[in-house]
Amino acid sequence: MSYTKWTRQQMAQRIADDIPDGAVVNIGIGMPEMVANCLPPEKEILLHSENGILGMGPRPEPGQEDGDLINAGKQPVTLLQGGCFFDHSTSFSMMRGGHIDIAILGAFQVAENGDIANWSTGKPDAIPAVGGAMDLAVGAKRVFVMMEHLTKNGQSKIVSQCSYPLTGLGCVTRVYTDLAVLDVTPQGFSVVEMVEGLSLEELERLSGVTLHA
Amino acid sequence: MIDKIYSDALASLQDVQDGATILIGGFGGAGMPHTLIDALIAQGARDLTVVSNNAGNGTTGLAALLAAGRVRKIVCSFPRQADSFVFDELYRSKKIELELVPQGNLVERIRAGGAGIGAFFTPTGYGTALAEGKETREIDGRNYVLEYPIRGDFALIKAEQSDRWGNLTYRMTARNFGPIMASAAKTTVAQVAEVLPLGALNPENVVTPGIFVDRVVKIEGQDGAGR
Repeated sequence: MSYTKWTRQQMAQRIADDIPDGAVVNIGIGMPEMVANCLPPEKEILLHSENGILGMGPRPEPGQEDGDLINAGKQPVTLLQGGCFFDHSTSFSMMRGGHIDIAILGAFQVAENGDIANWSTGKPDAIPAVGGAMDLAVGAKRVFVMMEHLTKNGQSKIVSQCSYPLTGLGCVTRVYTDLAVLDVTPQGFSVVEMVEGLSLEELERLSGVTLHA
Repeated sequence: MIDKIYSDALASLQDVQDGATILIGGFGGAGMPHTLIDALIAQGARDLTVVSNNAGNGTTGLAALLAAGRVRKIVCSFPRQADSFVFDELYRSKKIELELVPQGNLVERIRAGGAGIGAFFTPTGYGTALAEGKETREIDGRNYVLEYPIRGDFALIKAEQSDRWGNLTYRMTARNFGPIMASAAKTTVAQVAEVLPLGALNPENVVTPGIFVDRVVKIEGQDGAGR
């Protein structure tokens, strides 16, 4: 049977659907940024940005950008009514201290024990940069990962053990890929959902790790 | 009489010594004290250790200080960015030393420096390469890494309003590291857009009390990001 991978837009929408009304969410740089555009207006979801915003709003209209109002990716944003600003110490108290309900991170690899690698490929010529990823990994109540299931070379990013440098240990709750939604459980990965037409056996073969139904 | 207002940026940085540790505020361009950094370049101090979240953007501000060859070592959380080519080149040619610190540990180490804390245990980074060689401890079933304070000889920050006592307000996300760095340096210099008469700042809105600020420079016109 053939199957079609979910698009990034579909992945982002799938994540947005899982975010409950009233949640405080930190959205990481890169692919997860798309989730912000998929949040349903009927839910009041508070976006946190590590550089000191709670209640972050969308990108401003052209010409309305203000260099003092940016997100973690240094892109111009707006502030919603009721939103506020604070310093970095307060912001990371929110992150490290377990006050953020959900962090949505990109990743190079996620292991079946919930380890995540997303800050460095470990290559000698790479310039390392970690930012707030390690704080979110250890501090958010739930850590969602959004990533492609396979690398460009077809290697699984779902692994039994991360080979790239770790960001956090045993912290990932759920993984959203372009092939499946997987929960991290004490027994390993558990399949919540797969793209239509994909069998558990085929997903397991592609992933190279044991998957539980 | 207490008057912390300096008429120009260069005068406010005349006593920066070679080899000094400089805390520089800002997250990307927001809150970066461009005028003070330009003055530091003109002042000429060398062999500096800079503590800042990023390692410069484009060719201005912190990137210009790096390009001028004044910085021996940078302590930061996120050097690699789309426009960090000045740092990238220095790092690849081994002309600058990098200490990479997770962002929350960076700000907490600076906070500890300003708050008189000897060291602290944090869960951030435990079990990762950035905690290698560091003391760890299990507390109530959770693993932590021991991290030590960061203090600066100078802190250069950007704020919005001040008075002659050095009380500061900030503007939107330009606040970021400013209030924390202000507390952790022997000498804190703030560049501000506006200096108000004593009593004109609403005391309920003061973010950084003047006790943490030694010198204030009012800048004219646009300075980097924001206003």
